[in-house]
Order: sequence, then C-alpha cells, then structure tokens
Amino acid sequence: MSIVKLNNRGVKDATAFGSITGLGSMTFIKKLTASSSATLSFVDGSSSVVLDNTYKEYVFTFNNIHPQTDNTSPTVGFRDGGTDYDAVKTTTAFRAQHNEADSDAALQYNGGDDLAQSTGFQKLSTVCGNDNDQCYSGTMHLFNPSSTTFVKHFIIKGNVTDTSNYSVNDYQAGYINTTTAIDGVQFKMSSGNIDSGDICLYGIN
Amino acid sequence: MALVKYNNNSISAVTSAAAIPSGAMTHIKTLTASSSSTLSFVDGSSDVVLDSTYPIYKFVLVSLHPASDGDLQFQCSIDSGSNYNVAMTTVYPYANHSESGSYSGVTYFSDGDQANGTSFQRIGKIGNDNDQATSGEMFLFSPSSTTFVKHFISRVSESHPSEYIQDNLVSGYFNTTSAINAVQFKMASGNIDAGKIKLYGIKNS
Repeated sequence: MSIVKLNNRGVKDATAFGSITGLGSMTFIKKLTASSSATLSFVDGSSSVVLDNTYKEYVFTFNNIHPQTDNTSPTVGFRDGGTDYDAVKTTTAFRAQHNEADSDAALQYNGGDDLAQSTGFQKLSTVCGNDNDQCYSGTMHLFNPSSTTFVKHFIIKGNVTDTSNYSVNDYQAGYINTTTAIDGVQFKMSSGNIDSGDICLYGIN
Repeated sequence: MALVKYNNNSISAVTSAAAIPSGAMTHIKTLTASSSSTLSFVDGSSDVVLDSTYPIYKFVLVSLHPASDGDLQFQCSIDSGSNYNVAMTTVYPYANHSESGSYSGVTYFSDGDQANGTSFQRIGKIGNDNDQATSGEMFLFSPSSTTFVKHFISRVSESHPSEYIQDNLVSGYFNTTSAINAVQFKMASGNIDAGKIKLYGIKNS
C-alpha cells in the first residue's frame, strides 16, 4: 500500500491538528485604529472582541497614539456591568523624564496621575505633544477581568514625547476595586480626539 | 469506503495550515554570541525582518556574558547598518540591591541618559565572572514609520560587576522620521562572549 502524504493544499481547510488548535500563546483579538476618534472601546462580544474568561491575561498595545490637542494624555476606563466606563480604581503612577535640551532629568512619583477609589479615567502618560511627529506608545496588561471573586489588576508602561520635548517613561499600575466582571475597556484623550494610532488587543494563554 | 487516517509521517510535508490560527508573536531571528564584537539585526539580511511587516518588535536578551566587565549598549540605523548613530532622547531609572544586603535603592542615572545624542545607549552593565550575565527585553515601536519618532522601552536585569542586581528601565525615542532598518547590540569595550538575542515581531491582524 502506498503512503498518502499531505501537502499544504491538502490541509488548507483544517482548523486543528488533533490537540493542536493554534500556534503560540499570544493570540491577536482586535485592532482599533483611531481617526479623529473621541473614544476607542473594546467591548466583550461586540465587533469580534473577546474580553471574558477565555484568557486570564489580556495585553493592549498602543502604537503611535497621536492626539488632536496639545498637552493632553491618553487615558483608560473600565466597564463593570453598566454602560459607563466608571469602575472604581486605586492606582500608582511614577515616571522618569529627560528633556532634549538636557537641562532636566528626574525620577519621581507622579501624584497628580494616581487615583484613590476613583471612577475617573486613568492617565496612561504625562501630557503628549501634538507636533506631527509626537506620539505615545506602550502596553497595558489586564489580569483576569472576568473574575467575580477578586479585584482586577492592571499594569501599564509606555513612552511619550512630552509637549515640552521630553522623553517621559511612564509606569502605572493598580486594581479595579470590584468583584464584578470587567467586560469593556475604553481609551480616550483627556481632552480632544485621538487623531491617529492603533490599539491592539491580545489574549495570553 | 475505508477510513484513511493520517499520522505524523503523512503530514511531514505540511508547513502551514491556513485555517489554523497562528500566534501573534512571531520569532524572526536568534543571534548567538560567540566572542562577538557586535550583534546586528539588519532588515533584509540573514532572514531578518525589521520593517512595516510588524508594528511592534520585541528583542529578548538571554544570558549575555561579556569578555570584560562593562556596559551593554545598543543603537539603531537608518541606512541598513552602514551607520549606527540615530539621535535619541532617553531616560534611565534603575533599582538595585547588593548581594550583601548592605545597600539598595531606586534612582535616576543621569550619566546614562542621552539628550538627542547619537551614541550607543547603555541598557545595562555586566560583570564577567563566570556566572555573571544579563537578561531582559526591549520593545521597539513602529520602526518603519516615516511620520513619527520611534519609541523604545527596555527592562534589563544585570549582574553588576560589584555583586549586585540592578533592574534597568531604559526607554526613550529615536528622534527621526526616517525609517529605522537595523539594530545593533555590543559591549562598550570587548566582546560579548556568550548569550543570545532573539527578535520577535508582534502582529496586529
């Protein structure tokens, strides 16, 4: 009996090989591209977004977020069952900064950007400039958003071209102080629109 | 009709299966140091992809061990590796703790940053005792953009020559709207005796 060998064409319709259902532990879920956008929202079950107990960790990437308005910050809010992104958060914020003129450099706790049991949006960075080449890039990890037992932690890091021509490396972390599942995440500028940039959502197995 | 069952041998010619979701993080290239003066990733050379194929690139540094005590550095190129001298503004905070427990702290390292400098950027310092090495990661955002500056964020854990751990959080932006198409790592003096640097691309679709 001759051996039947398969090639790529022979398996083009396969969606799984036995126990292999996907390759890699980081799965792309959704990309939202800003175009003078007031908000960019990821809502579980809407527009192919998965943000539930499918993954225990989700990663958002921010690529070249460019604001319409100078001196504004990208921000994030979380939805815990209603339609508003007003889940209560307690957070920390610190940053390192250094200007292009080399006249200032510092590492400091950023008390103006942290939250204490607040429903407000969390800043992802200090103020971003809106010169044509200025933008913010970074990542946010959101852990176990569907838990109905625990608070939900998140960790943010990014780098921004500050309005005053600083390189600012921002770190924020915190927890969403609710045992209600988080089913939506929204991003917006502290004022004005997001002119351009991509935000991608990934699930981590 | 008899049921045809395929085994591993029958699918040995298969290199892809279109409908099976692949991971969002793709391994591109691993460079292994062996008394190497430089380790360079140049787009289009030796299977390296460093262009608009991916919006975000991740470098993973694994147990880099130097021939001599000294600084681990990197720079980028906009001319395919002919020159590594792109202007960057960077920040350099770190935390450290000695093996003896006699000191620890978090501080800003002003001698390690750059203000629109074109030098190689230090991201760690490594001892060359047989067991000393450094490991970490670095993200490079949208290197091919011809609109925005290019942000990078690194975190490198070093075994310092003076027997302490230092957690280096170096980040910044390359202040150019030209596309970056090569990245080079090296020691400030002497070779990288051993270790690996791995390059991954992170998909956004």
